[in-house]
Amino acid sequence: MSDFEPKIVAFVCNWCTYAGADLTGTSRIKYSPSVKIIRFPCTGRIDFMLLLKAFANGADGIIVSGCHPNDCHYTSGNFHAKRRWIMFKELMDFMGIDMKRITFSWVSAAEGARWAEVVNETDARIRELGPYISYKEMVNRPLEEEVRNE
Amino acid sequence: MNSLIARAKELLEKKSVDVVIGYEAGPTGLARPAFITDPERADKLIYDEHCEQNLAVYLTKQEVKNFGRMGIVSALPVMRSIMMLISEKQIVPENIVVLGISAEGKLLDIADINVMRGYIEKSDLTNPDKFKTALAELNKLNQEERFAYWQKEFEKCIKCYACRQACPMCYCIRCSTEVNQPQWIPVQSNTHGNMEWHILRAMHLAGRCISCGECGRACPVGIPCHLLTMHLTDTVYDYFKVYAGTSENMNSVLSTYEPSDKESFIK
Repeated sequence: MSDFEPKIVAFVCNWCTYAGADLTGTSRIKYSPSVKIIRFPCTGRIDFMLLLKAFANGADGIIVSGCHPNDCHYTSGNFHAKRRWIMFKELMDFMGIDMKRITFSWVSAAEGARWAEVVNETDARIRELGPYISYKEMVNRPLEEEVRNE
Repeated sequence: MNSLIARAKELLEKKSVDVVIGYEAGPTGLARPAFITDPERADKLIYDEHCEQNLAVYLTKQEVKNFGRMGIVSALPVMRSIMMLISEKQIVPENIVVLGISAEGKLLDIADINVMRGYIEKSDLTNPDKFKTALAELNKLNQEERFAYWQKEFEKCIKCYACRQACPMCYCIRCSTEVNQPQWIPVQSNTHGNMEWHILRAMHLAGRCISCGECGRACPVGIPCHLLTMHLTDTVYDYFKVYAGTSENMNSVLSTYEPSDKESFIK
């Protein structure tokens, strides 16, 4: 498993975490290159289906990050997101999807070092867990097999 | 159910309602929905243990709305659906006359929405007992076992969307499943796409599911998809201390928030 390079997709908000990740770069802090950052207007915009699509397209881990509560650029987007993630996490747990692979965090624009920490911590965790084989197997199941089972 | 028939007849004769939505005996001895517009035909109405279907699903259908004012035979789940539909501005309370049925199968006198709210508040709003054990059993499994269990179930799904059609809260004219730019849910039926559909459905019903179990009952291949929404009903209560369909002006759980909402997993 030593040559396993995790694919981590980060869904971040434009105003806090994206700016925070920018600060990480300008501060010359190194962090794991396994993360692919996708910028959203707000955490409230991050549809739970996007996370499922990330897993379906081969992600091994996901980071969702935005402004701290009370700091949202649009006042309440992250509060709405919080309620949504509570529901989503509970449903995923109930369906047996590995929630250890998803990191939820709040990272502000001033927390460049913290962003590096969040990414590195997630990267280490995913490396330990290995590729998300069970989900990939489900996605890549050939259709003939599906038909045979019916 | 002579009292129910008498009440329906009276409502129709006095023209208080234009249609009574209830149950009649079907050809196989089971109950089927009946739409009674003629007082003479009111004696076809029945109410017995087969009358499980959640009739509130018809209240948002245009062809039923066209009748005018609707009387509806309602056990507790139907009443809660009506509350939910009113709070989501899908039906107007003035258009609905509730012919309430108690848990023992007796006709209730539900004069207006306040009486109905009172009755709902007094009732047991947790998930029905017959589903509680299944939920508890699933919660006992570990993560891999649960994943295997649901994969096995979703393998069977034929994407007929009966779960959506049967649900009174699934009234969107254009569902996300029909959106093809982007294609959220794959059209063909494969385990992975089926699972995505059931996640989408459960998430869109979070905080709105009134635990009638109609989705699972409607499923032709027997997927217990009602357990997903019922689990979220429990979760909503654990976190936010509300049950869906308890008042005509309740806020939707996922489109409102409290700054004091507590969770432990966002670092």
